[in-house]
Amino acid sequence: MIKLEGVTKIFPRQKVPAVKNLSMEVAEGEICVLVGPSGCGKTTTMKMINRLIEPTEGKIYVNGRDVAEVDPIKLRQNIGYVIQEIGLFPHMTIAENIATVPREKGWPEDKIQERVDVLLELVGLDPEVYRNRKPADLSGGQRQRVGVARALAADPPILLMDEPFGAVDPITRAHLQNEFLSLQKKMKKTIMFVTHDIDEAIKMGDKIAVMRAGELVQYDTPDRILSAPADDFVVALVGHNRALKRLNLVKAGDVARKDVPVAKGTCSLEEAKKLLQADNLPVIVIVDGLNRPRGVAYKEELLRRNGQAHLQEIMTPLESVADEDATLYDALSTMLNYGERYVVVMNHNKEFQGIITFGYLLELMKENGS
Amino acid sequence: MFVTCGGAAAVYFVENPGSAMAARVLTYNHLAVLTAQHVGMVVISSLLAATTALPLGILISRPRLRLLGTILENIVNIGQTIPSIAVIALSFTVLGLGFNTALFALWLYSLLPILRNTYAGIMSVPPGVREAAVGMGMRPWRILFKVELPLAFPIIMAGIRTAVVVNVGTATLATFIGAGGFGHLIVTGIMVRRLQLLLSGCILSALLAMLCDHLLGMVEEKVKASI
Amino acid sequence: MSFWFLVVSRWQSILESTWEHILIVAVAVCVAVVLGVGLGVMITYWRSLAGPVLYFCQVVMTIPSLAMLGLLLPVFGIGYKTGVATLILYSLLPIVRNTYAGIEGIEPAIIEAAKGMGMREITILRRIKLPLAWPVILAGIRTAVVMIVGIAAIASYIGAGGLGEFIFRGISQWNLQLVLVGAVCVSILAVLADGLLKRVEGRTRR
Repeated sequence: MIKLEGVTKIFPRQKVPAVKNLSMEVAEGEICVLVGPSGCGKTTTMKMINRLIEPTEGKIYVNGRDVAEVDPIKLRQNIGYVIQEIGLFPHMTIAENIATVPREKGWPEDKIQERVDVLLELVGLDPEVYRNRKPADLSGGQRQRVGVARALAADPPILLMDEPFGAVDPITRAHLQNEFLSLQKKMKKTIMFVTHDIDEAIKMGDKIAVMRAGELVQYDTPDRILSAPADDFVVALVGHNRALKRLNLVKAGDVARKDVPVAKGTCSLEEAKKLLQADNLPVIVIVDGLNRPRGVAYKEELLRRNGQAHLQEIMTPLESVADEDATLYDALSTMLNYGERYVVVMNHNKEFQGIITFGYLLELMKENGS
Repeated sequence: MFVTCGGAAAVYFVENPGSAMAARVLTYNHLAVLTAQHVGMVVISSLLAATTALPLGILISRPRLRLLGTILENIVNIGQTIPSIAVIALSFTVLGLGFNTALFALWLYSLLPILRNTYAGIMSVPPGVREAAVGMGMRPWRILFKVELPLAFPIIMAGIRTAVVVNVGTATLATFIGAGGFGHLIVTGIMVRRLQLLLSGCILSALLAMLCDHLLGMVEEKVKASI
Repeated sequence: MSFWFLVVSRWQSILESTWEHILIVAVAVCVAVVLGVGLGVMITYWRSLAGPVLYFCQVVMTIPSLAMLGLLLPVFGIGYKTGVATLILYSLLPIVRNTYAGIEGIEPAIIEAAKGMGMREITILRRIKLPLAWPVILAGIRTAVVMIVGIAAIASYIGAGGLGEFIFRGISQWNLQLVLVGAVCVSILAVLADGLLKRVEGRTRR
């Protein structure tokens, strides 16, 4: 979808090239993250794709066409562009901001209005509330959402994003990242994403391109970047806690043990003991009629008790839970937060998906061999 | 450089008056008188304005007089929109013709930018800085001279520069109320249609304005370096 | 009380002169806005011209207005034309300077976003740059108007008409009341123009 061939950029009155003989390819529907320290040429690389900067040498193809031969205005109208400062037009309403590119393209007015509402809905802002507001009335996170909506306005197949979540606080950032990822699941855009934050790169990228001093150091999947860094620079960039970071790459729902027994609250203690005996689990999960976890009973507690009681009576309310889309990293921090040796994984309908125990987590990490 | 240019222009026009009528006006003696009048008006009125406006500006920026400060600031803002010719004309109706009237008008008119900028400059000192000075146990006088005035200096100086440059221009109007100056050359030039007179008046007053601006710029640099 | 007597007995000629005064200022400002904004926009594209153009305007400002009137007199002759030309020259600096500063002061990210979305330069200028710079440009226009209301009064001396005539006729005829009428009217006009434009400015900033 996007292809760079031997691209070099030397800015006027500078000897050192900002980008040196760069070749890479981004496949359709993928997020490619350019990551590296400031001044490594990642933003320059990105801006050459929509011709905000013209390369000194080399060719760039978008959709098989050499961008140098496309009218830059037409080219940019078909490539969404999001930057860290967002650059919303302060004198226009949110709706007018989002409608910029459709207007430039000469869409009919009713189609534009419809599109604006769809987009606001898509990025989680109520059109009725926000349509006629000015950018100054929005919070940083909301502005960033409008920025994304504006870039998506004419439904471009390609998005360029330059540190799009860099200017918001960490909590909002994580929020926006997750939302954007789930949006991307539906949209399947081809995305070039620039960041200096390796954690963000690992989280967002299907592929990561590590750059240093205008050169491509390693272009690989996040897993390979973490498990097989090409050189010391990449090692230093990803940091010493690589193993921990790899937990970010695995979804809790994908690895949770699903073959574990669950019990209804009405189940007798004896029965529950039998169920647990087969497995080396610290707890037994108690579910309701709809297979939704309600609580847990600890193994020690269960073994200590005798008699005719029901499982319900020794149930502890559920605390250590994770969404199936959460990463193993999130799951681990949940465990540590509650001081438990397990985390119960649920799907979006709050149904039981499986369980991840601390011991199991260690085994997983060993298997992956870091 | 400005002085040389001015001198050269003056010499040129005196040597080549172009007509008998112009020659009568353009003598070295007469030029010297006009220069003295013009420079005198500007220098005296500016000095007076500075010595009145600076303490006044400092005074109204004191916390106790803040209300007075805001009121005075508004008055000054309105005063500044009043055209210079109106100020001269009004002074004339009160004080009649003469050098002193011109001096009064110029003083009044250059008072305003200096007063406003002194006030604005001191008010622009970040409250944190002042608080830190108070917190370190500096006396009010020391705070004024060591903290507030040095920080406000660029703004105050900009006010003085504006005032003086405007003053040079306004002083050309003083000839209408009989105070002489380069305006005399211009007005005579217009009346008798002699370009030489006109040009000499224009060039000399414009050069004087630039010279003042330049000199004050140098003073500003010097003072800035010494703070 | 003869001041009020004068005002009442001559109110028609006062109104006429005021109207003349307003007209000359308005004509000059209209031309200056077109020229000044054009020039200001131009120097944001040809950066190397910015320095010289702004310096030129600065130099014009240091020339005393009476001198400027005298200098332009041989070119345009006695009367209205010289007055208007002088007023235009003086209003250029604030307008050009503020247009330039207003456009340069726009957050670069906004321009970059506009470019990145594929807006044409002319559209960016019309829909982004000028609307965003407008409050600053308007402030420049206000400065210019206040200044040239005063200069227009001086221009009466070379026969451009307006309220200044009262002042000069009053001085030469030693008629203090006449001078007072002229000075007061010019001052009121300047203060009113300032207030009016300030209000317009406040509205655009919101």
